[in-house]
Amino acid sequence: MVGGLAATAIQLSGISHVFESRKARLHALDGIDLAVRENEFVTLVGRSGCGKSTLLRIIAGLLRPTVGDVRVSGRPVTGPRRDVAFMFQRSALLPWRTVLQNVMLPVEILKLDRRTHRRRAEELLALTGLEGFEDRRPDELSGGMQQRVSLCRALVHNPSVLLMDEPFAALDALTREELSLELQRIWSEDRKTIVFVTHSIQEAALLADRIAVMSPRPGRIARLLDVTASRPRSLGITAHSNELDRVSAELHELLFARETAGQADGPAGPHRSVTTDPS
Amino acid sequence: MTTAETQLGTAIGGAQTRSRVGAVALRVLLPAVTIIVLIALWWLATVVFDWPAYLVPTPGDVWNEMVDQRSLLASDFKTTLFESLLGFGLAIAIAVPFAVVIAYSRLLELTIYPALVALNAIPKIAIAPLLVIWMGFGIGPKIAMVVLICFFPIVISTATGLKSTPAELVDLARSLSASSVQEFVKFRFPAALPYVFVGLKVAIALAVIGAVVGEFVGATEGLGYVIIASGQNANTTLAFAAIVLLSVMSIVLFYALVLLERLVVPWSED
Repeated sequence: MVGGLAATAIQLSGISHVFESRKARLHALDGIDLAVRENEFVTLVGRSGCGKSTLLRIIAGLLRPTVGDVRVSGRPVTGPRRDVAFMFQRSALLPWRTVLQNVMLPVEILKLDRRTHRRRAEELLALTGLEGFEDRRPDELSGGMQQRVSLCRALVHNPSVLLMDEPFAALDALTREELSLELQRIWSEDRKTIVFVTHSIQEAALLADRIAVMSPRPGRIARLLDVTASRPRSLGITAHSNELDRVSAELHELLFARETAGQADGPAGPHRSVTTDPS
Repeated sequence: MTTAETQLGTAIGGAQTRSRVGAVALRVLLPAVTIIVLIALWWLATVVFDWPAYLVPTPGDVWNEMVDQRSLLASDFKTTLFESLLGFGLAIAIAVPFAVVIAYSRLLELTIYPALVALNAIPKIAIAPLLVIWMGFGIGPKIAMVVLICFFPIVISTATGLKSTPAELVDLARSLSASSVQEFVKFRFPAALPYVFVGLKVAIALAVIGAVVGEFVGATEGLGYVIIASGQNANTTLAFAAIVLLSVMSIVLFYALVLLERLVVPWSED
């Protein structure tokens, strides 16, 4: 860890969100405070309906919070920004474009220089093992390869923040683990601030510098956990898997204990520890 | 690689090529068989029931008539084809902007949509004589009829397509701060194309019908005119020849669109 000197990339203060429709009122998020450091890898883990995707959309500027303040690199978020990229659970590739054209899409829309970015696109494709697939159409690729293309597209215009909404959730277990390793490798070569939403405990532990554990109804950050295992991490290395097992066990306890203890023990203690960054 | 493996490889490769050729052959062969069987049944019926030629001619009679009258029929075929295609093209040119308006403005959708549904509910054949009164006996009323009849399916399918952009693509466009023009050109319109083609395929068959209806009411050429004229002379064989040519025209136009669809939207093949 770089320590307390690293600048804050994302600052969430007092975020609450309520979805209101004619029939129902859903309190999705309540009093979220979170500071993500520059180049930090934070995973948001929690059960379905705990508001983790909502929180991610708020950081992305795709959704305005009912209450609260979001800042990226010190500037308030008022809408989608070009220094923040978003990666979806489904690859969201344009089926009529080739792999390379898909990766170049943000460059076209943001009207950036095509030549320099084309080189970057090709480098990214090579980095993700997609060399030689530039002219294929997405429907000719496997699910794992499609998500790799999607990752390249998110990175092509070199955003400083990458938001990932369960990007590997639709993949099979082996591909998923493979992509987790690949993401770590790419991140180590091309540092970004990453917020990664997942409901996989193993994934959360494997990837994160810090894990924000969320509890549902209303969504709150129940605990923040540091993961100190050295990188690159792999489940195949004993030292890593011991540490990751310990973290996973703790996550299990946090995520499932609340269920048996009932909802009553909600906000009082744990989520207040949010701002105490152990570093 | 051992020889056995090589042989196995070649054998598998060969089997794949053969099955692909087989698949294509099957696609051509099966419809051909259907048509041949239908013609055979037609012929058999004329023999078994011994219908006179002025009621139901045999396939052979019709063929001979087509050969005898080929120059006349060819020119009428061209007339009807031209009317159908021109009307179809105009219908696309008018329908697509309407669809964009419907897809983008809820207010205009509520205003225009009921009017379109009402317009579509009018039996077009009922307007055909009026079109002649308004536009005379030239090509005008035929084109108008084709446009009227093709317009609706194209508007509906295109508007549906423009409104059915997958949510993740809309999110992607938003997350990149795409302008509404960029969103339309790079996301919505291409995503709508498979829907557009559904409407076009319905409309192209209707286009030929529209042209024939237009010709029925008042014309001096075209296959519809040939059918009306031969009815007046009790020349059933010539009427049959015109009908056969009309269905050939419809089939060719339809498959031309299918081919175009493969070229334009290859990603939605299945």
